[in-house]
Amino acid sequence: MIRSDIIKELAPTIKETLTICNIGLPSQEMHMIDDQPSNFYMLGTMGLASSIGLGLALAQKSKVLVIDGDGSVLTNLGTLPTIANNVADNYLLLIIDNGSYGSTGDQPTYAGKKTSLTEVAKACGCETVIECKAEDTVQVVKDALAGDKMTVIVSKCDSGNIKVPVITMDPVVIRDRFMKTVAAQNT
Amino acid sequence: MSIDDVIIDGFVNNKVEFITTVPCKQLGGVIDAAEKHPDIYHIPSNKEDEGMGLCAGAFMGGKRSAIIMQNTAIGVTINTLVTLTQFYRMPLPMLISYRGELGEPVACQAEMAVHTKALLAQLNIPTYHFHKQSDAEEFDKILKYTFMCNKPVAILTDASFWGGY
Repeated sequence: MIRSDIIKELAPTIKETLTICNIGLPSQEMHMIDDQPSNFYMLGTMGLASSIGLGLALAQKSKVLVIDGDGSVLTNLGTLPTIANNVADNYLLLIIDNGSYGSTGDQPTYAGKKTSLTEVAKACGCETVIECKAEDTVQVVKDALAGDKMTVIVSKCDSGNIKVPVITMDPVVIRDRFMKTVAAQNT
Repeated sequence: MSIDDVIIDGFVNNKVEFITTVPCKQLGGVIDAAEKHPDIYHIPSNKEDEGMGLCAGAFMGGKRSAIIMQNTAIGVTINTLVTLTQFYRMPLPMLISYRGELGEPVACQAEMAVHTKALLAQLNIPTYHFHKQSDAEEFDKILKYTFMCNKPVAILTDASFWGGY
């Protein structure tokens, strides 16, 4: 299974969940498969999906899912101690770990070599860290969303991409409809 | 009232509830004051771009946010300021210690100081410079301006403002 297979299988489960989508193909795939106002698409700024999601989770009550990648988490590795030390039980970080920088042509990341992001997250102090196979991801996310614990999920999948169009929606439109959804879920 | 409390009260009076910080020697007092204030969620960042991500999320969650950092961080955050804060039109007050100005004991700090205002100008970031403590009288208006126009706004605070090293 590759990342787009996971996102396709996951989409019905997270239709109404506030979802921060990582830059590049994860955002583009989510946008193509099931565009929702509850999705915040990152059009730039590699690495910050997990930070944006944490700020959002700490600021309001609804559950927040971040769909991140191993390359992006490595870019902003300081995010894991911040997550561990600022517990928000409505926060769920899904790292789709395909061991490569998918959006730029599948160059290998260190997460596909000797570095285990699962172990890094645990060493940073994250209390609930689950590593799973790609095929089990939807069930693990469902369980985490049903639970009440800040969770980091590392989903190990194959590297590879499908063809997807770029997102042409204006960033202010993405942000505005997302904020309206956040506000509606918090009333 | 100490200048640290003046600054933090300015944030609180403008409903800023979420503050991220990366420390600087000059900012020790104001960071302590943020940590102690009951109406502020203080979240230290490991890097300033990470902090701007946290602020963007908090803002979208309905909480006004701000970052406190050193001017060297301009070099770290240009991409984030442009592709996140400005591109999505988000307000972000940036209280910045302006190292490398008069009284600076560390030569390396002067290297970034000479680029600070030029970089902020290049990024079209409204920039204010607090040199004397009375300059902080404008802080309230600067915050209101920031949340009116949905832009990142820089407030440079030098060693004279904080009372030296």
